[in-house]
Amino acid sequence: MNSGNSKLVRAMIAASLLALATQAQAVTEIQWWHSMTGKLNDIVGEIATNFNASQKDYKVTAIYKGQYDESMTAAIAAYRAGNPPQIVQVFEVGTATMMAAKGAVKPVYQLMAEQKEPFDSKAFLGAVSSYYSDTSGHLISMPFNSSTQVLYINDDAFKKAGLDPANPPKTWPEVEQAAAKLKASGAACGFTTGWQSWVQLESFSAWHNVPFATQQNGFGGLNTKLEFNGPVQVKHIQNLADWAKKGEFTYKGRKDEPLAAFTSGECGMITTSSGSYANIKANAKFAWRVATLPYYADVKGAPQNTIIGGATLWVLNQKDKEMYKGIAKFFTYLSSPEVQEKWHADTGYVPITLAAYDLAKTKGLYTERPGFDIAIKELTNKPPTANSKGLRLGNFVQIRNIIDEELESVWSGQKNAKQALDAAVKRGNEQLERFEKANSN
Amino acid sequence: MEKRVVFKSPWLPYALVAPQLIITLVFFFWPASQAMYWSLLIQDAFAARTQFVWFDNFRDLFNDPRYLASFQITAVFSVLVTFIGLAVALLLAVFADRVVRGARVYKTLLIWPYAVAAAVAAVLWLFLLNPTLGVVTHLLRALGYDWNYLLNARQALILIVITAVWKQISYNFLFFLAGLQSVPKSLIEAAAIDGAGPARRFWTIIFPMLSPTTFFLLVVNIVYAFFDTFAIVDAATGGGPVQATAILVFKVYQDGVQALDLGGSAAQSVVLMAIVIALTVIQFRFVERKVQY
Repeated sequence: MNSGNSKLVRAMIAASLLALATQAQAVTEIQWWHSMTGKLNDIVGEIATNFNASQKDYKVTAIYKGQYDESMTAAIAAYRAGNPPQIVQVFEVGTATMMAAKGAVKPVYQLMAEQKEPFDSKAFLGAVSSYYSDTSGHLISMPFNSSTQVLYINDDAFKKAGLDPANPPKTWPEVEQAAAKLKASGAACGFTTGWQSWVQLESFSAWHNVPFATQQNGFGGLNTKLEFNGPVQVKHIQNLADWAKKGEFTYKGRKDEPLAAFTSGECGMITTSSGSYANIKANAKFAWRVATLPYYADVKGAPQNTIIGGATLWVLNQKDKEMYKGIAKFFTYLSSPEVQEKWHADTGYVPITLAAYDLAKTKGLYTERPGFDIAIKELTNKPPTANSKGLRLGNFVQIRNIIDEELESVWSGQKNAKQALDAAVKRGNEQLERFEKANSN
Repeated sequence: MEKRVVFKSPWLPYALVAPQLIITLVFFFWPASQAMYWSLLIQDAFAARTQFVWFDNFRDLFNDPRYLASFQITAVFSVLVTFIGLAVALLLAVFADRVVRGARVYKTLLIWPYAVAAAVAAVLWLFLLNPTLGVVTHLLRALGYDWNYLLNARQALILIVITAVWKQISYNFLFFLAGLQSVPKSLIEAAAIDGAGPARRFWTIIFPMLSPTTFFLLVVNIVYAFFDTFAIVDAATGGGPVQATAILVFKVYQDGVQALDLGGSAAQSVVLMAIVIALTVIQFRFVERKVQY
């Protein structure tokens, strides 16, 4: 090899390095702040990596920013400091706060239309898109991880109590009978529930097609008032209180803590998030199955459809308009059936688009995992009504705390259901008034 | 003849105190004045709309019977944490002071809990006392005692007091031990020769000579109980059952950080600040007189 040749090689290397450098400069970075931990964190990172590999112009960086409330607070602080992330994952409880933030948020339907990316609200499951749409049906944020409430039963405990696990309780009175038999067979606890406000009041109201709050559960405007102290809800909470006295229902905590009481075998039944599927599968040392959320057969219209929980992706307003193109492209990638089906199968969250649901069916996911589709069936049971679209309440974090406090006063016998729900409505309404005051001009 | 030293330079004294002044201004007066200003505002989370509402936030607070109840809970909690924390640490320090063999290991082990974050400390105690999973819970059940802090208000308070005390004992222990080691041995020996027993020596000599340390720790522990314990409550009980463990600072954290009601949260911070300033003034005016330096 002579020296002339090696010069040429060097020049070529230099040129290609330069080309690489300019290419690296052209890549626009999109920050995606999220709250997914453990295995979910890995999967979120994988989605970003796969998107980055699929094109050259944009680079999505997924960053874990703490739990839901922490990442939301961080994003708001960053916005106030004038340096917001591009995408932030916000839990359903924060929806009203995000929606009221005019000028801070770029609505997803607008973003997709401006960037000419294919986007159709009807492609999403009705119960998912309705939760995050404005009154004219436009999606404001991008659905991502959604779950709903199901009943899990311990097959082994059922058999021991002389019950047939293949025929799980369908109604709340049947739940009580089963819980009584479980108790009689020596179980420490018959039935418990995770996320009591979400399962036993929020979704309970939708499932029975009774209002949780006025103004279509808050969708119609900020001047909404709570009304979950209606006869149907009072009856249910009073029933749970009576069952608690008999030891058939055991209170195990406000959030996800009760799940441990089911996976350890202590409680034979639990109503909680469909997203707990993977956790139960990993930890339960007994045969178990998923069943549909119970209802009261004597309530007209029940069962309606359940409502979702989980989070969506919000786009914060950007000074650099170039960003929007990349965000829109990423959303198109994210909502593709393949990505969604994989997300659904890996995590246990529901597939948010109908196409992904169909793909899961053709792949045979539900024959492989019986009961994995019960959540979707509940969500799509009937077209959502004004009572079952979802909830849009300001200061929802405080309202949930209030509900938790008042329900605890029922379980401990200090109040009856009527007194507690009346008090919760009164205190919650003060929070709604405060929110209205802060968010109206 | 006056022997006072006077600075000749007009600016040197100011330059010498400047770092201290700047730190106080930047890290205390500035945030405190911000909190006071914020407490008069109602604002949405994104600061798109701000209204000046005078004292509405305070009026809302004091019209809320639960906020008033939270004062009582905080008082009980702070007294328990401070008193138990000081008493146990003093006891341990007295023992450690007498240990000859293995003293270093023993002292080091006692300091460990201070390095544990508050939320982690709460989770550690949860593992022991959780109604579903707790090891101690199963022991108590076996003894016929129903331990369930999820619905029993008194037990929930006990849980957070234990956790808060456990975390603070190391700190108190260190100071007490240093205080004990600076008590002159000659005094104690003289008292012993005069026939004073260990208990009498402790109460008439050692305890009074420790009083500057005790006073310092009293102030520090009250501030700790008031301000530094929200992570424990957050991780252990979430303020429940009902409201049994919702101490003032936890509500500040909950309303401000978790619920983004900045005006209401700032108003609570201002109230809390006023209480702690008042308490500290009282301690310095009335308790400090009994301290023998």
